[in-house]
Amino acid sequence: MAFAAFATTEAQPQAPKRKSRIALFLLLPGILYMVLFFLTPLISLILTSLQAPNEFGDIGVYDYAFNWQNYVTVVQEYWPHILRSFGYALVATVLALAFSYPLAYFIGVKARRWPLLQSVMLVLVIAPFFISFLLRTLAWKQLLSDESFIITSLKALSLMAPDAHFTGTPAAVIFGLTYNFIPFMTLPLYTTLERLDLRYLEAGSDLYANPFTVFRKVTIPLSMPGIVAGTLLTFIPAAGDYVNASRDFLGGPDTQMMGNVIEANFLVLLNYPAAAALSIILMAAILVLVGIYVRRSGTEDLL
Amino acid sequence: MSVSVREFAERGADLELVGIQKRFPGFTAIEELDLTIPAGSFFALLGPSGCGKTTTLRLVAGLEEPTRGRILIGGTDVTETKAHQRPVNTVFQSYALFPHMSIIENVAFGLRRRRIGDADARAHEALRLVELDHLAQRRPAQLSGGQQQRVALARAIVNRPALLLLDEPLGALDLKLRRQMQLELKTIQEEVGLTFLHVTHDQEEAMTMADTVAVMNKGSIEQMGAPEQLYELPRTVFVANFLGQSNLFTGRVAGTTDTAIAVDVQGTRLVVPTTRAARHQGEVTIGVRPEKVALHRDAPAVSPSRNVLGPGHVIDVSFSGVSTQYIVSITGVGTVTVFAQNIGIGPIASEGDEVWVSWDVEHGFGLDDDPADAGKFAADDDTHAIAVQRREALVAELEES
Repeated sequence: MAFAAFATTEAQPQAPKRKSRIALFLLLPGILYMVLFFLTPLISLILTSLQAPNEFGDIGVYDYAFNWQNYVTVVQEYWPHILRSFGYALVATVLALAFSYPLAYFIGVKARRWPLLQSVMLVLVIAPFFISFLLRTLAWKQLLSDESFIITSLKALSLMAPDAHFTGTPAAVIFGLTYNFIPFMTLPLYTTLERLDLRYLEAGSDLYANPFTVFRKVTIPLSMPGIVAGTLLTFIPAAGDYVNASRDFLGGPDTQMMGNVIEANFLVLLNYPAAAALSIILMAAILVLVGIYVRRSGTEDLL
Repeated sequence: MSVSVREFAERGADLELVGIQKRFPGFTAIEELDLTIPAGSFFALLGPSGCGKTTTLRLVAGLEEPTRGRILIGGTDVTETKAHQRPVNTVFQSYALFPHMSIIENVAFGLRRRRIGDADARAHEALRLVELDHLAQRRPAQLSGGQQQRVALARAIVNRPALLLLDEPLGALDLKLRRQMQLELKTIQEEVGLTFLHVTHDQEEAMTMADTVAVMNKGSIEQMGAPEQLYELPRTVFVANFLGQSNLFTGRVAGTTDTAIAVDVQGTRLVVPTTRAARHQGEVTIGVRPEKVALHRDAPAVSPSRNVLGPGHVIDVSFSGVSTQYIVSITGVGTVTVFAQNIGIGPIASEGDEVWVSWDVEHGFGLDDDPADAGKFAADDDTHAIAVQRREALVAELEES
């Protein structure tokens, strides 16, 4: 009871505690949702990836086990697909950035004086979302097929060999990935460039930096949050994409990416452990790559 | 490239603006501007907002292109030269420190662009000059406004430009810090001996810091000279009222002697020395500064060396400690403002008192403006109107705080 004198001081930390309890309460629906629809499937996926085939069962019947060799097997079997996934995603991200940056710069900086033009251009960037991306990708398949006007014209102009194809090649897959993810690159870039304070650019040129150096030393670093956000929003879904590379769309037998292999293992080969192991590898690889990237780009204090 | 950025004058360079005109879509910022700023001087361009002073600065920096005219720095035509090739640096009103770089990187930026050796050592030296070397590794956002202002200054002077442009750099600081920075700037200018072109709307700042002040109005320079000269002998109604306050009277020249002219203002003769009057015949505007006017409770003896007006009535007294401002209404002439040093105890007259005002003939000045032309400013020239405006501004300021 000697501590009774300290009762008031002890009571003080209570206030923030009560506050955090309310915060916790408000977070509850979100936490429940995450547990139900993110954590549970993730655990189930990890468990599946370690399953072993049932000795006496049919194809597609597996028992819970700790069969970590699944990971070794899929890496041995599918390493070209894994490399191809990240390779294609990387090239598509770089292309989307190269295409989107000037576009976003124009909308966000050069068109500031004409708000109407800005809005129209933004609507045009978002417009493709009004149609399902499956339909749009199918449309590209038609537009780029061997009998299409584009390809026959290119062949007529001798810009393409007479027996060459476009669909089914890596170029077609990368084209499809780039095309489909450009809005995800353009929009975050636009939001940072739209807020770019042009007085910094003036200060740069006042301090003897030529326009290229101003761009490299001032504009790019200041738009880094947009570049990081845009490249992540493009790279992550592109690495896991299985539509563009699919034989039904722009891909061919030699362009299969991880997404296609996972799909085939789950739905065709009924090799659930292999599919789950590949999914975990994809997820882990993306997490590591993104972690390194965010660290290296040094955007913590700009974000 | 007509000027190599390496060709920097050690002690600053002359700036010459010849027949500059700048039009923007919809309005003309600068109508016709000719200006020469000698090397090593501290030149202030003073004017109200929208008078074209910041545009002038941006033209010199190369951030805007003139519609017409030429800009010469150290005798070389730089009109066609791009901003990054001009031997000029600016301290921006917003400071514009790069937020993604540390203080030292900000200061060394210009040196690195010009590939000058030991950029870091020079940058540290510049930071020592503004007493901020201990914050070299911080980011601009971690510094106070006054510190950022000093970094902006260091970032500009470290390049030893031929010409340093200051765009109201003290505008965002509070009064005390402002006074301190004014002194520091002046000291630095004397130390490094660069040519400073300072743009401001603060007449006190311009007068305390600059050795030459140009008063700018509506895109052209009204008057230019040393601060004392500008204050004691304004040439236009605008300068007389923008740079301090003035009592102005309009009348016809009634007589001329070898040394003075007499002006008939509603029946009262006011005398101005010929050398201090710009116009010697016809309708003229003459004036006197309020602190040069004396207030009398009794009619003063008539003397050829003093102008006397009165009797009139005190219509307003405002006591500000050091001095008292009286506004005296004189029938037929208008109102006269008097600043009296508080040498007695409290005000010497109160509202409604009958008083006379007088001033030394030598203290009067005659303006160059044609009163007929100046007519359109009538509402502004009335000293009473200005006093009322000042009081309203003061009241508004008090209410705000």
